[in-house]
Amino acid sequence: MAKKQLITATINGEQREFACEPRQSLLEALRDGLQLTGAKEGCNNGNCGACTVLLDGEPVVSCLVLAVEAEGAEIETVEGIAAGGKLQPLQQCFLEGAALQCGVCTPGFLMTTKALLDRIPHPSEEEIRFQLAGNLCRCTGYDKIVRAVQAAAEGEQT
Amino acid sequence: MSDNSPISYSDKQYKVLGTRPVRHDGADKVTGRAIYGADVQMSGMAHGKILRSPHPHARIKAIDTSIAEKINGVYAIATGQDWPDLIDKVADLGEGAVNLHDLAQNCLAVDKVLYKGHAIAAVAARDVHVAEEAIAAIRVDYEILPAVTDIVEAMQADAPILHPGLKTETLEEPSDQPTNIDRHVHFETGDIDAGFAAADVIIEREYRTATVHQGYIEPQVSTALWNEDGHLKIWTSTQGSFTARHQTAELLQLPISKVTVTPCEIGGGFGGKIAVYFEPVAAMLSRKCGRPVKMTMQRDEVFEGTGPTPASNIKVKLGATRDGKLTAGQAYLAYEAGAFPGGVIGPGAMCIFSCVELPNAIVDGYDVCVNKPKTQAYRAPGATQAAFAFESTLNELASELKLDRIEIRRINGVKEGVKRVDGPVYPRIGYLECLDAVEKSAHWNTPLEGPNRGRGIGAGYWFNIGLKSSVSASVNPDGTVHLLEGSTDIGGTRTSIAMQLAETLGIAAHDVLPKVVDTDSVGYTDVTGGSRTTFATGMAAHKVGLDLLEQLTARAAMLWECDPIEVQVDGDLYRFGDQQITFKQLAAKLPETGDPVVGRASVSPEGSTNGFGVHIVDVEVDPDTAKVTILRYTAIQDAGKAIHPSYVEGQMQGGAVQGIGWALNEEYFYGDDHKMRNASLLDYRIPTCLDVPMIDAIIVEVPNPSHPFGVRGVGETPIVPPPAAIADAIYQATGVRMTQLPMSPPRLWKAMTQR
Ligand code: FES
Ligand code: FES
Repeated sequence: MAKKQLITATINGEQREFACEPRQSLLEALRDGLQLTGAKEGCNNGNCGACTVLLDGEPVVSCLVLAVEAEGAEIETVEGIAAGGKLQPLQQCFLEGAALQCGVCTPGFLMTTKALLDRIPHPSEEEIRFQLAGNLCRCTGYDKIVRAVQAAAEGEQT
Repeated sequence: MSDNSPISYSDKQYKVLGTRPVRHDGADKVTGRAIYGADVQMSGMAHGKILRSPHPHARIKAIDTSIAEKINGVYAIATGQDWPDLIDKVADLGEGAVNLHDLAQNCLAVDKVLYKGHAIAAVAARDVHVAEEAIAAIRVDYEILPAVTDIVEAMQADAPILHPGLKTETLEEPSDQPTNIDRHVHFETGDIDAGFAAADVIIEREYRTATVHQGYIEPQVSTALWNEDGHLKIWTSTQGSFTARHQTAELLQLPISKVTVTPCEIGGGFGGKIAVYFEPVAAMLSRKCGRPVKMTMQRDEVFEGTGPTPASNIKVKLGATRDGKLTAGQAYLAYEAGAFPGGVIGPGAMCIFSCVELPNAIVDGYDVCVNKPKTQAYRAPGATQAAFAFESTLNELASELKLDRIEIRRINGVKEGVKRVDGPVYPRIGYLECLDAVEKSAHWNTPLEGPNRGRGIGAGYWFNIGLKSSVSASVNPDGTVHLLEGSTDIGGTRTSIAMQLAETLGIAAHDVLPKVVDTDSVGYTDVTGGSRTTFATGMAAHKVGLDLLEQLTARAAMLWECDPIEVQVDGDLYRFGDQQITFKQLAAKLPETGDPVVGRASVSPEGSTNGFGVHIVDVEVDPDTAKVTILRYTAIQDAGKAIHPSYVEGQMQGGAVQGIGWALNEEYFYGDDHKMRNASLLDYRIPTCLDVPMIDAIIVEVPNPSHPFGVRGVGETPIVPPPAAIADAIYQATGVRMTQLPMSPPRLWKAMTQR
């Protein structure tokens, strides 16, 4: 077992230090080390997107990022997107649009969508489906998720 | 979502039912705060891992854990030798019974492994990485045995035998030949020979379907703490906290009162989280090391070590007169049970002819052991395979007779009073109304144009299991009501159950505060499965509402010094003469006028009720690659009464997309070595959002006569029609009739080019 390393990163806007083994994933460090359990593990293999967080604004599957790679980075997790005790409009759209059933895929979808809307504020259905194709949901059939993303994008227009 | 949905066949007006409130647990779920099984953290917690068999069939000669035990950070190791003695005992888990001896063997093998991935030993250690190192250091001495993973081969007389003592359960005398066939079910009605003799056209076809997995996104996870006082506590991802408690207590031979199961938020189940895998093993480890032990599966363990739904081999023979009336039907179904007996052949055999009236019919079903994981329920267990075979044959019969596909279903379709081949007589059901909705739908009425395109149709049926549900409720002085329930909430049922209590009391949906509690805190409740939760636990919520109403009426009468009979209740208003009081005002007076108002209710609805659905699908088939693209999809279903239409639509959409995956891509690939080749979410391809279009959902409401609000469960029916509907669409597009699932590009391409 290699020695633990001390990592400094900005997590949800706050500068944090945490120790991790070189073999630990960012997902593990977030969940077990930093007690940020919002990101979920569905496959630990980069295939399901449930563990998606933003790393310097880009959506990444945190199970495939080593925790040590987070040194100096800016990380955003689902815990960070509701500000000032209010849900983000995107979260509100997921809720009102019934875009979750079991909800385990939801944090990942929210993070991928946030990155998508930051980049493309008014995506077409095709763009939404293309950009979210790395996030698996087994419950909803995606219909209501895609509609929630559309609603969130429309909301930003007004 | 469709503009004209729900299509209601009732004139009852409701205040709360049929509205779409935000779910009560929603904020926790979109902020990442909801506590799922993997989010449980405990002081001093150890992490467990399982050693799994690399062989599909082998005898375990010896297990040497001595090296693993010495690794720094390893706290405990358990093997099958740690099980208490379990006599052959069968426990009813709601959606299927289970033999406890087999269940224990499935959690940790004792003398034999029966599939690759079969659990052999468990380690608890400081962290997962140490546990993995320890697993790798355990030495197992195997005697490798020949294996069989194909159902047809497994039924041959010379097949490798999984359980030398297995005898076929049948009406006939059991034979002394060793066999893998566990059970033979048989239904018969009328005179089959006369029926076929009366037919002008007879079609007989054989079908195969592959092993597929529920594919819930959250892997199995459990934490157990065997306390110093001898009480076992479990936090787990389960569809049934009480069935998890029951299985665990039985496997460990503990009194049920010594076990408390707290159901965590559950990340999907679809039938796959009813049987226990980790709960008793984590408990054994915890007892040995005195710490809480958390165990989580990796995705390959989920595929190889939990229960998918069976591959099948089905033969269907249908006879009909020129005008399309069915005269006889015969079906043979062989379903894989997997490594241990007890698969889903029963419901498969009950469902195969459930959409049509058949005067003369025979159904034979066989449950067959193979060297694959023990199969489990998967959404309408057994029905999708059967519907693929039956509906495909029916569609072929329609084209043979030059009849419209809706017409042939109308002529033979089931309605109230029709007797199913396996016995029950249908009460009021909504199958024909679903066909009406198809014909009126925008989808059916829009011509499909373009080359290589086709439109398909398929129907499906599933029961609503009744079973047992309990709730309790208490009225708070602020006018809200706490509702405690034992049904784990997978898809938003807290809300659909709370809404039924709110409707009964005439208050707002959000004034009922539902909570899923542990097994110590509410009465016995069966699994969330069998399309029973909104239906049956909803009945309990209605019943507790009536109890509260009675108490509240009495309290109002006390205020007004009148007889409770004289108090009129209208919504949330209580009236006596010209005096009136609202629910909220009355609630505020409760603390000073008497005892707290608390109610409880238990129900066990007799028998089961019935859900029907019909799906329409448009596909385009690439002539060069045989890739099938779903262009448009409409799911139509009788929900009886849609409590929360968005979540009913969600069930229909989700089930349809699972069915699309089953139809087109999903399958366990086995090599000649009987090992699974695609145990990852990359290679076992479940649909992504790019693979499917919007799924239109049209809800039909033909009230269920055995529910106070007319509710029918909706969770399972929507996975039944898709494979048959898609096969039909592929036929319309290409002229090729596929008889094997999945209809993946290689398989379809072969069929298209070898015509
Ligand atoms: S857990 Fe990271 S992609 Fe699945
Ligand atoms: S809501 Fe269950 S996986 Fe998406």
